[in-house]
Amino acid sequence: MSIEVRNIRKAFGTFEALNDVSLEFPSGELVALLGPSGCGKTTLLRIIAGLEAADSGTVFLEGEDASGTHVRERQVGFVFQHYALFRHMTVFENIAFGLRVKPRHRRPAEADIRHKVHELLNLVQLDWLADRYPAQLSGGQRQRIALARALAVEPRVLLLDEPFGALDAKVRKELRQWLRRLHDELHITSIFVTHDQEEALEVADRVVVMNHGSVEQIGTPQAVVEQPATPFVADFINLDDHGPDWLVAARLKHRGHILQPVHNPLRPLRA
Amino acid sequence: MAGVTNSVASHTANHVASGVPSSSRHRDYQASPATREAPWVRYTLLTIALGFFTLFLLMPLFAVFTEALRKGWGVYFAALVEPDALSAMRLTLLAAAIAVPLNLVFGVSAAWAIAKFEFRGKQFLITLIDLPFSVSPVVAGLIYVLVFGAQGWFGSWFGDHDIRIIFAVPGIVLATIFVTFPFIARELIPLMEAQGRDEEEAATVLGASGWQTFWRVTLPNVKWGLLYGVILCNARAMGEFGAVSVVSGHIRGLTNTLPLHVEILYNEYNFAAAFAVASLLALLALITLALKTYVEWRQTATLSPESREQAT
Repeated sequence: MSIEVRNIRKAFGTFEALNDVSLEFPSGELVALLGPSGCGKTTLLRIIAGLEAADSGTVFLEGEDASGTHVRERQVGFVFQHYALFRHMTVFENIAFGLRVKPRHRRPAEADIRHKVHELLNLVQLDWLADRYPAQLSGGQRQRIALARALAVEPRVLLLDEPFGALDAKVRKELRQWLRRLHDELHITSIFVTHDQEEALEVADRVVVMNHGSVEQIGTPQAVVEQPATPFVADFINLDDHGPDWLVAARLKHRGHILQPVHNPLRPLRA
Repeated sequence: MAGVTNSVASHTANHVASGVPSSSRHRDYQASPATREAPWVRYTLLTIALGFFTLFLLMPLFAVFTEALRKGWGVYFAALVEPDALSAMRLTLLAAAIAVPLNLVFGVSAAWAIAKFEFRGKQFLITLIDLPFSVSPVVAGLIYVLVFGAQGWFGSWFGDHDIRIIFAVPGIVLATIFVTFPFIARELIPLMEAQGRDEEEAATVLGASGWQTFWRVTLPNVKWGLLYGVILCNARAMGEFGAVSVVSGHIRGLTNTLPLHVEILYNEYNFAAAFAVASLLALLALITLALKTYVEWRQTATLSPESREQAT
């Protein structure tokens, strides 16, 4: 399902979180919202989900104005940074939750629920954890269960808020590649928020770079690295001060291919 | 002897949900000579603490039961099955049976609103919830007399309609609700705030209605804290003396609760009977403590380090 946001503004008190943001997310793509802390990327994601209301502007889901649609009718899957698993339920019950709360006439039979949950557990390769509680899982396992739970209701879009932010570096890397493979299988329109340049460039089809509540650049990972549109993007993507040229270059990859910054990363463009 | 239950309740009410004891670490502290205090320091502190504990907590409890049984079991039971004592028990149970469920509903809704939503006047509401803790119970009782009494604001209206509130059961129930109001809300607010809104948001995105979210996610997450609050609320409801004393009128067999009955017996120099009834309240306090310990233990078990890490 395609997503479009038009002229979105949002302020928290005097702080302007989003300043007239318009974006289109084509169907079936995996898009990264990339930017430093406080740039408004999470707020935008929550507005698309309906968890936050924009001060002005419109969200279109599949061309339809979603302003009047309640969160629970938007059919979005949302994955939280801190997983937000139901701590008093087993992994099985967590994943089954979305099916169990459906209105009676749309609720699947118990056997179907069981089947579906195990299918999803197999998809995230954690079938053996069905009877555990969230507290007994590692961070990476919890996040995969959270993803399975979000997928259980067959959402039309998948929104991930810093999905790997709370994990250690090694698990992050494994999980983001796993997410990419999963997306290649499911082709569900997905947006994920991150402040990690490597993460965004490595797995996203398209990267949206944001700063101070505005969009700085939209493009493929290659375009963003090779033709940064603004000094901010050049600065942010080039990992200024993060090491010598060769190391920075080696870290900017998209699906295994090394991306080559045009400008010397040690001396990024400045306005 | 209502004091026993009262002090237990108000003492523990504030530092709830905060403490997950890490006894194992403390034991390590004592085991290592690098962190151990000198023996004389340890024994002096221990002696002072235990002496204080014995003098102010253990001895009164012991005294209640010895005084109650001084004239033998016969007198003890006679004091308990005496009609006025039985009616006091019934009234105490009735007041608690009305006040606790009402405060359960009020407390959960107030805590839910305060912990999960932002609105204007939130701080004011929190202050208001604490009012019964900060105001003397006697003042609380007097407020009701002032409002509902025969000479009070609405007294004549109630008089005309032949409704008695003060010096009758409704007044006792009202006063009990007032003094026990904060227990459940105060218990739940920090717990719910610590848990945040993430799980509720997750439930909503998954398609759950507000009602389903509350019953399936919010409530199960606070069940032990809630039970804890209910236990303390109940202990206070049954043991309340001050506020109830003002509105009750001390009519024997009609508007006497157990704590008031104890006072009357004592003032009549009927010590054995007074202590016998008081021992019931002391027993209630002990049962409350046992239940409280069990619930605390369960709460700690659910809030294990891993699950708390997840909550942050």
